[in-house]
This record gives sequence, structure tokens and C-alpha cells, in this order.
Amino acid sequence: MTDLFDCRQAFAQTLVELAAVDERIVAVVNDSIGSSSLRDFSRQFPDRLINVGIAEQDMVGIAAGLASGGRVPFVCSPAPFLTGRALEQIKVDVAYSVHNVKLVGMSSGLAYGALGATHHSIEDFAWTRVLPNLVVIAPADPLETRQAVQAAAEREGPVFLRLSRMPVRAVHAPDYRLQIGAAAQLRGGEDVTLIANGVLVSRALDAADLLAEVGVSARVLNMATVSPIDAAAIEAAARETGRIVTIEEHSIIGGLGSAVAEVVVRTHPVRVRMLGVPGIFAPTGSAAWLLERFGLEPADIRDAALQLVRETAA
Amino acid sequence: MTEGLGLRPPVSAGGAEGLSDDQLRRLASQIRMRDLEMICTAGAGHTGGELSVADILTVLYFAFLRVDPTRPDWPERDRFVLSKGHAAGALYTTLAAAGFIGDAELDTFMRPESRLNGHPSRRLLPGVEASTGPLGHGLPIAVGMALAAKLDRSPARTVVLTGDGELQEGSNWEAAMAAAHFELDRLTLFIDRNGLQQGDSTERTMRLEPLADKWRAFGWGVVEVDGHDIPSLRRVLERLPVVRGKPTCVIAHTHKGQGVSFMRDAVEWHHRVPTADELSAALRELEAAAA
Repeated sequence: MTDLFDCRQAFAQTLVELAAVDERIVAVVNDSIGSSSLRDFSRQFPDRLINVGIAEQDMVGIAAGLASGGRVPFVCSPAPFLTGRALEQIKVDVAYSVHNVKLVGMSSGLAYGALGATHHSIEDFAWTRVLPNLVVIAPADPLETRQAVQAAAEREGPVFLRLSRMPVRAVHAPDYRLQIGAAAQLRGGEDVTLIANGVLVSRALDAADLLAEVGVSARVLNMATVSPIDAAAIEAAARETGRIVTIEEHSIIGGLGSAVAEVVVRTHPVRVRMLGVPGIFAPTGSAAWLLERFGLEPADIRDAALQLVRETAA
Repeated sequence: MTEGLGLRPPVSAGGAEGLSDDQLRRLASQIRMRDLEMICTAGAGHTGGELSVADILTVLYFAFLRVDPTRPDWPERDRFVLSKGHAAGALYTTLAAAGFIGDAELDTFMRPESRLNGHPSRRLLPGVEASTGPLGHGLPIAVGMALAAKLDRSPARTVVLTGDGELQEGSNWEAAMAAAHFELDRLTLFIDRNGLQQGDSTERTMRLEPLADKWRAFGWGVVEVDGHDIPSLRRVLERLPVVRGKPTCVIAHTHKGQGVSFMRDAVEWHHRVPTADELSAALRELEAAAA
């Protein structure tokens, strides 16, 4: 049985380690210490955990002020409320102001499952990647989460980390090094490229295995950084594999698939099939069930890729 | 513009105490005059709400804030946040008077590629501490600044100026709770209580009163002052915080268009630009006041 991990643990542990050596780091939360896994942080650095109560606009504005005073605030909050409720503060106080604020959206995508569409965060790529100066990263496993937190802390400027609570397996080798703005090719292939990020990367890899069984060679890119997007890797995928399937735990409007398509149409136009939530509010159901419902199982990804290969066969 | 008066901000002058009330009063009139000229040159501006804050800005920059135009990033400086970013013109004119920018640059207000954007941007202009424009952003940012100073045990003080209509934004009340909860007694909020917003009076639009009671109920020390009376403003600033352990809310009773008779309390001057004749008449009145 493969080990599965909740990436919030990797996030929280890394933040504690960084805070131990960097006095400037503070955590800012909206009564979300538990949902952000910050109990250790609050025990070790009680003065550096700023709980603003259930007030997301205030939370992001306060973080901007803290950054202005030389602190490095990690704003930790469920992704739907952080990005939805405080979007204007993210735009003006963080991105436009270029304040050194790290926004950490927990339990993004469909992770909240049957709590419903109010709690799903399947719009956050669209809302954040459109903002200049804001780096957007969705790590795929604990190792990449750890490195994303480190990269965010090292970078002088705004970053949005999109984390999940869904258990995932490790997809990167121990020597993997996240580079902001660079896609990671996890598997070579010539017939089609599967581009995913976050919790869906492991499913893209599984789909590539299934495709190999039927003689289709699939490249797999982990597009952890959604903004700035790795245009060179996307263009190369379009040129070299001729077809692209994007897989995202997000609306297919404005998200990863859209970001990929924007590059494809201006560099090397090929067919792009976008898998994700098809522009609807999700029905009631667990996160696992919703991923199935929206065709994000490895077999679904395989089928979508096969269909695209057939439709575009020379 | 201020060279003739020999006025400098407190730090570089070695203390604001040296400036008399009368000097400050004249300086405020000059800032109003320069602001109106700038608005006419640009063909745009928020005339009424800029004139209403001119005395507050003058007293803050020339009798209170420890800031230094030669070191705008000095870590222990006091912070001033103009939450009502549409009064950018008044801030730019004051920053020019204080030596942060040259007077000539005021003529670039809102021109292409100017550092003097229609709303202030911290990325463009030294001395601008926060980028504002959308209302209800300044107080949360100021709370964060005051928290940072508290964590650092810095002597820096934080002052934020909001409009009154702006208090209809809920984010202010989130921040009001937080500032009291964190006992930020080096944070001072000035409310430009001119009673008017873009379309009508605040009370007819969405009632704010009883405003002082609201801030007291949120855990702030509250003081009310004539926002155009220089000695009164100075006295308030000399006894901050008004309640130990609490942030201070200064409700500054002001008039939109203050200093120009035909603009005073007139809602249509929210963002009307004076004609050439109106500018001449306004400058005559302000010159008389500055004499």
C-alpha cells in the first residue's frame, strides 16, 4: 500500500522550521489554527501567531501592514474564503502594493466535499493568476509543498500557495528541486502531454501508465507554478506531442487549462482537452466522489487522452 | 512653495515644536492653494474632500509625524496612511511641502506615466506608505503596521485618515475590533467627518451616528475635535493615546471645500474641477487667509 500524505503537515512543519531561523516570519489566521495545522507554530511562537478572528479582509490588510513593517506574514486560511472574501485586498494591498505577503490557501479545490459549493475553491487560480506580481503555486506532494514554502519565504514578493487536505502519494524523487515558474517533467512521452498540478498529478501519472498499456506514450508535466506559467515547456509539449490534456481541481474556466491554452494558441496551436469542473457549482458529495463525478479518475483521463489522440490522428 | 516660510517636517527640523500655530495655519492655506492649482492643471481631482483634510495633513506632517524626506524608508519612522485615497492631491501637495517631492512635479498629477497617480501608490512615490483607492483598506493596513511596530518594540506611531462615508465599508469594523483587541495604543485614526459623501450627506445615505459611541463600543478611546482648528488638533496629538492601552479615534469635524466659501459644504464639489474664474476667486480667498 502506497503511503498517503496530507500536505498541510509538510506545510506546517516547514513553516515552524523557517520561523525558528527567521524572526521576521509570522502567521496570520482567521480562527483557522486547526484547519491550517498551526498548533505547533502557535505553541512555539505564540507572539508570532496573529489571529484576527473570522475577518478575511482584515486578515489580508493586516498582513500587508505587517509586511510593510518588515515582517514576512504567512496568511493561512481556507482557500475559498481567503481568495473569495479578500480578493480586493489581495489585488490592492498585496499584488499592486507588492507587499511581501505569502497567502496560503488551505483545503483548496473540492477538498471540502459535501460541505458544498460554498466551501469549494475552484475559482482561485482564475482570481489569482490574473493579478500581476503574484506568484501562484499548487504543489503536488509533501516534498514539493515543503519546497514551495521555502521558495515562498525566500522570494521577496507576493506568493499564493494553493494547498489541499486530500491525501496524496509522493510523486517526486527525493532529489527534486522546485523552481518557481518551471514545469517538472515527470515522465517522457511523444503522443500526448498530460498537464496537471496539485493533488491530480499522481492521477495524471496513473493515467500515463494506463495509456502505455494501450500503446500511447504520454508525457506528464507537473505545472506547479500557474503564474508565471512555464510557456517554454507548454510550447515544447505542443510541438513535440501535438496534443495536450489539462487536468485540474478547478473550474475549466480561467484555471490551469486556460493558462495552458493561452500559451498554446500564441505559440504552436494544437488541440487542448481540459478536464476539471465544467463551469458549474458542484453537487453534494464527498471530495473523492466529486473527482469521480467530474471525470478526474485515472481511467477518465486515459479515455479523454485516447479520444483526443483518435480525433487528431493523421 | 514652503521655502519662504522655512518650514520643514519635524525630524529634519529637529522638532515640530518650533512651528507656531499661525505658521501652520498659513501653510495649510498654501497647501490648499497649490492643491487647487494642481487640480486645475490636471483637470481632475476630488476638490471638496481634499480641502477638508488640508489642516489635518498640515498638522500631522509639520507638527507630529517623525518622518524624514531624505530617508523615506527609515525603519523607525512614523507611518501615515491616507485611506481616503481619492484625496491624493492633498497628500501630494503636503508631501511636496514637506520635501518628499519637488514642487514642480505636482504639475504632472494624473498625466501619463506620472508618479502622481489619481490614487496614491507606495510603489511610485516615496513617502506614500500604502497604496489606497478602494475604500476601507487603510485601517486594516494601519493595524498591521502598528502590530509590526509593537512586535518590534519600535517607537513608531501609526496614523490613518479615513473619510466618514468610507466607514460604511465593513472592513473598517473588522479592523476596529482587531486594533482594540491587540491594544494598539500607538495607532490613531482620524475620521474626516465632513458629513458628505459623493452623492449626499452621510446620514441620509447610510447613517453613521452615533459615531463616537460606536468607536467607544468597539474599545477605542475617542476624542472629537474641530478638524480645521490648528491649536485643537495639536492639543489632541500631544495627549495620545487618549486612553492608555486603547487605540485612539479622533473624530475631526470638518467641512468639505473648507477655505473657499462657494465650495464649502457643497456636495457638487466632491470631484468638480474649478473653472479659471473659480480658481482665481478661490485663490484670492485663500491668499487672504494665508496673510
